[in-house]
Amino acid sequence: MNTQRRKVLKSGSAAGLFGLLVAAGLITTQQAQAAGWDKPAFEAKAMDEALKALGAGKPADSKDIQISGPDIAENGAVVPVGVKSALADTEFIAILIEKNPSMLAASFTLPAGTMADVSTRVKMGQTSNVFALVKAGGSFYMVSKEIKVTLGGCGG
Amino acid sequence: MAGPMRIRAASNGTETEVKILMSHDMETGQRKDASGALVPAHHITELTATHNGRVVLAAQFGPAVSKNPYLQFKFAGGAKGDKVNVSWVDNKGDKRTDEVVVA
Repeated sequence: MNTQRRKVLKSGSAAGLFGLLVAAGLITTQQAQAAGWDKPAFEAKAMDEALKALGAGKPADSKDIQISGPDIAENGAVVPVGVKSALADTEFIAILIEKNPSMLAASFTLPAGTMADVSTRVKMGQTSNVFALVKAGGSFYMVSKEIKVTLGGCGG
Repeated sequence: MAGPMRIRAASNGTETEVKILMSHDMETGQRKDASGALVPAHHITELTATHNGRVVLAAQFGPAVSKNPYLQFKFAGGAKGDKVNVSWVDNKGDKRTDEVVVA
């Protein structure tokens, strides 16, 4: 038997299946969604790296941004953190945790009409500064708050 | 598959406050199981909220967002009876969409 011919037929049918999946929209939709997630920013280990990935450069300090959260969090697995910005045209908010394995925890894109006031809950491995990065009117601003953690959130 | 989200949207006439509680493990990829093997990361990556079809919030989550993520935000406008739709997708391609009527 001609084995080479068998192989060619097999690989041919595999390619056919792939094409079928793409045609059915099964693969393309997943790839499209993966592309939307800012992987380099979320995998950045250092502050400079994360800011660069977010296109923030060197953000300025601002008194108009407030981070709400506990001063001491008993359970690092669930730390409530809120960010509120009084800056006009706030269009983007990101929460970064300095001592987590990857600094960026979450980012929010706010279309016009959405208030610059978001709250969520994050995990913290240890006591750390929590940063709120805000983009308003095309410029980046950043403030920080230290949250002490008595029980880390990464031990499971 | 993930369970349904619990969503509340309340309007005070000028703005609508939305509170979302998702049901997701949010595995970080740092944790080890009993045999010492790393548990692969499994977390929500993107979330989109729409009000009557218009996007009011687009969020991206990393693994540092807590298990069963909670999210709260506000947008201008929104009246009782309007629809707020929230959908998320995770890093394994699982997705979930839920809708709530503004109260």
